[in-house]
Amino acid sequence: MAKKVLILVGTKKGAFIVESDAARSSWALRGPFCAAWPMNHVIADPVTGTIYGGGGNEWFGPAVWKSTDLGATWTHSSEGLAYDAGEQPIKAVWSVAHGAGSLYAGVEPAGLFRSDDYGQSWRHIAGLRNHPSRPKWQPGGGGLILHSLVPHPNDKGQLWVGISAAGVFHTADGGETWEPRNRGTRADFLPAGQNYPEYGQCVHCLVIAPGMPDRLYQQNHCGMYRSEDGGRHWDSIEPGLPSTFGFPAAVHPRDPATLYLLPLNGDTTGRYVPDGKAAVWRTRDCGGSWQALRNGLPQENAFFGVLRRAMATDRLAPAGVYFGTNTGTLFASADEGDTWNCVAQYLPAIFSVETLVVEA
Amino acid sequence: MANDEASLALPPVVVTLPAALVNLFPGCVRRVDLSAATVGDAIDALDARWPGMRDRICDSRPGIRRHINVFVGGERATLETRLAPGAAIMVLTAISGG
Repeated sequence: MAKKVLILVGTKKGAFIVESDAARSSWALRGPFCAAWPMNHVIADPVTGTIYGGGGNEWFGPAVWKSTDLGATWTHSSEGLAYDAGEQPIKAVWSVAHGAGSLYAGVEPAGLFRSDDYGQSWRHIAGLRNHPSRPKWQPGGGGLILHSLVPHPNDKGQLWVGISAAGVFHTADGGETWEPRNRGTRADFLPAGQNYPEYGQCVHCLVIAPGMPDRLYQQNHCGMYRSEDGGRHWDSIEPGLPSTFGFPAAVHPRDPATLYLLPLNGDTTGRYVPDGKAAVWRTRDCGGSWQALRNGLPQENAFFGVLRRAMATDRLAPAGVYFGTNTGTLFASADEGDTWNCVAQYLPAIFSVETLVVEA
Repeated sequence: MANDEASLALPPVVVTLPAALVNLFPGCVRRVDLSAATVGDAIDALDARWPGMRDRICDSRPGIRRHINVFVGGERATLETRLAPGAAIMVLTAISGG
């Protein structure tokens, strides 16, 4: 049966959907949706096709938006999406993920919520903020934000989260108790001798390998890493990459050894693509070696960055790869990154890119 | 006292809502007549008609959201501000919110 591919784009001013058939050669843009709110992460349930968008509006606060008709109409809810009276209120939803029949939301200031009614109401998973490390959590440059949500594909009690800048935390009991899992990742912004703390790293993006739930990859403010034991230990996969700094990471839909990164030139030198030349970097061997993918990407005077949730793959074969820039340009590849095309531009700054494949 | 009798004892007021807020709730209107003793009660009454509206005007401290202004009779108000019969309540999006 014919398929169509939707690129779900969260931006500073609304959500957008860019749609094509399975050939992925001609794209049509729809939007803006969600009342032009800042939409930090827009995802879809691949089984039902329901689209969820987490965001936050300076006037009206945080909410999760939802569409059950591929973006034609939207509703929003923040029922239960709140901390106790007296605590600093939630400013925005920064990440949304579905797993084991539930929907999760990560928020700012960092915390975790779960919905068991498809986003209508939310319950605070308080165990995370009750972790004894919490008084020492420091914000990253963009705030104290839970931006990465990785449910275990088979065990509904397991979940990994990434917080800037508290690090990676894991639960095995549905969120009642948590442990930091940051051994081996650096915090270069701490004094010498303190650069490998138990927590406090500025993780930027955490992803899980398909079919191998003990393998995780991480793009950190200070390096790129792989774990083979569920995040208990991390090994650097930086050799061969042009820098140690970047934001997004995207796994291949089927190959656990293939990962896509988009290193930037550094945290103090503009956070642009290195040397004004855009490239996505791909490994086919779990980070042992890297290939720069530039065909169709600008190779001069490119001064954009790509933010932590703004790169994704689709589940077709060959896999599509997509990324959106903080200058509002969306690039797509239909051949696993070998060649690229610009499929949308002049959008607001892009915060997130995800995909949905549905029957046409 | 039955609910309708209780509401009759409350002062009738009129609330004006900003377009950006009205647009978030299908069927909502800019000018709403209701009965409430305080600004907080008026917001509760709005929420009863359009579930979820309280969360758009108030945060969890609890208080009026930082970038929302509520005026009663032209004076800046809080959730505790008491309302006289015929009070005009204006909910406005603050310029500080963009």
